[in-house]
Amino acid sequence: MRFVLRRLGFFVITLWAALTLNFLLPRLMPGNPALAMLSKFHGQLGPGTLHALEVLFGVNTQKGLIAQYFSYLHQVFTGNFGPSLDFYPESVTSVIGSAIWWTVGLVGVTTVLAFVLGTGLGIVSAWRRGGRLDSVVPPVFVITSAIPYFWVGMVLVLIFGITLGWLPTQGGYYVSTDSPGLNLTFFQDVLSHAFLPAVSLLITTIGTWILTMRNTMITTLAEDYVRMARAKGLPGRRIMTDYAARNAILPNLTGFAMSLGFVVSGAILIEYVFNYPGVGFLLLQAVQGEDYPLEQALFLLITVAVLFAILLADIATALLDPRTRTAG
Amino acid sequence: MSLPIGMPAAPDTTGPVAGTEPGPVAGRTRPPADHALARMGRAIRHNRKATTGTILLVIFLFAALFPGLIAKDSPSADAYAPKLGLSTAHLLGTTAYGQDMWAQLVYGTRNVMIIAFVVGLAATGIAVLIGVAAAYLGGLWDGSLSLLTDVLLVIPLFPLLIIIAGYAHGGGTLVLIVVITVTSWSYTARQLRSQALSLRRRDYLEAARVRGERRLYIIVVEVIPTMTSLIVASFLTNALYAVLFASSLQFIGLGDPNTQSWGTMLYWAQNNAALQTGQPMWALAPGACIAALGAAFALLNYAFDEIGNPALRPVRRKRVTRA
Repeated sequence: MRFVLRRLGFFVITLWAALTLNFLLPRLMPGNPALAMLSKFHGQLGPGTLHALEVLFGVNTQKGLIAQYFSYLHQVFTGNFGPSLDFYPESVTSVIGSAIWWTVGLVGVTTVLAFVLGTGLGIVSAWRRGGRLDSVVPPVFVITSAIPYFWVGMVLVLIFGITLGWLPTQGGYYVSTDSPGLNLTFFQDVLSHAFLPAVSLLITTIGTWILTMRNTMITTLAEDYVRMARAKGLPGRRIMTDYAARNAILPNLTGFAMSLGFVVSGAILIEYVFNYPGVGFLLLQAVQGEDYPLEQALFLLITVAVLFAILLADIATALLDPRTRTAG
Repeated sequence: MSLPIGMPAAPDTTGPVAGTEPGPVAGRTRPPADHALARMGRAIRHNRKATTGTILLVIFLFAALFPGLIAKDSPSADAYAPKLGLSTAHLLGTTAYGQDMWAQLVYGTRNVMIIAFVVGLAATGIAVLIGVAAAYLGGLWDGSLSLLTDVLLVIPLFPLLIIIAGYAHGGGTLVLIVVITVTSWSYTARQLRSQALSLRRRDYLEAARVRGERRLYIIVVEVIPTMTSLIVASFLTNALYAVLFASSLQFIGLGDPNTQSWGTMLYWAQNNAALQTGQPMWALAPGACIAALGAAFALLNYAFDEIGNPALRPVRRKRVTRA
């Protein structure tokens, strides 16, 4: 319990740090960049939204930094992130709301797939130590872990999208011929558009799962209770899954809980390469269009997602690993 | 970005040589730093991953130092017909602006290498300072420094980098170096702290304390040299991050688009739809170089990991034991 409480405290502190960072960054930059943004939109914004933006970015205010800070916090906690400037008059919240499902669908499914496949391969690779799988898999994935994943995406676009022409490479669906709806054509459309980005993500993320699982599993296989199980003459499959893998999977499970938080931000460059209409693409659009309110809100969203996931991972660890309960 | 697996606690470099290398044990005692470096040199020769990584790194270093010896053309001159294919005159063809791509690639090496080495060194420096100070000073120092490290560790770095670089309006290589350094030291600081913690109660440190040495002296002269192998590993990790982060930022146009580098090549390739207009080399070549340089750092890092943790070494089926 103390362990969970301590992690909860850490969660609060980090959230506060992220909020403060978000508050300070535009104010610390030489020549507050938001000033230029506001003058660009001068006359187009209503007085209410203008005020909201002034509070968020500290422009045209006579108040001291501390007072600015508190009105900023108040506004963030009431969920008022102002209007998006690129998509004006839509609010930041509604712009993000329509993008997030694309990301959650694409990256969420891929994360689960990568975890399941990678952990499985890691188990088998460690169990058949020195076998064919084990001699190929680790070196290959040492290399894929160093490849920039947007580049994997570009190579796939070139091969399957352009040279072979099998799959679409841009966007989330055929915007001109199809419209979102609950029908089979749209479903197939979305699936075919998600295929290449999903494969690029899978290729570049699966290696970490394989290697972590394999390396922990190798340590576990040397434990006495595994030798005991062998001595008892238990079938190999049972030793592999119930004795070794069951105990070795903990780092991968906590890693999985954490990677759920990175679903929101984990594919920024993949979405960029494929023009996929998700949150990452939106963030880059916001940065390039100097849509600071959208940037701020997205960064907060991404951080909060990661923090929640870490808290989840901590709680999972506390539930699954008795050692953390006594150590706390 | 997929991260390399965390290094487990590094080998005990202070005790007698663990029976992992059959090398001769000198009768006299050597200073620990020299000892660790000698072990590393041996490791590079004996470990296939380390050898590959070193060779790749040396090639890129050469290209960064003497680009003129490898490419005869100027990388920035729009001197040729645009969109030429591969030929002996233009090994990789020319861009849509009529620049020689091979020259761009070779001259672009320097920018990436500078970022990798400067960020690698600076971030490792900060990590050593904070990690070791936290472990050695303990108490409130440890509490606050560790908290700082942990907070930075969980804030999503790449989005943060994008936001800062966006506010800074693409300020060029120096801005990239500063921003990446400031945000990316925490991962290695944490590893260094745990190793320094395990060293804290060693006899020779107690001896130094009893001798009445100052804390700074103990940290710099007694603690840090014994951690050489983990510090080198930290450098490799940070350099790998720097290569990937900097290239990614340049790719999305948050660097200075006029610098010669692999990331900016990718940026221009993407802007000119190089893949769709039949110039795949414009995007493929710099990406492959980033991957190769990243792989060099990653391979060296994994090699040191294996050296530190013999259980992870590849199993060789038949191995003639050396006498």
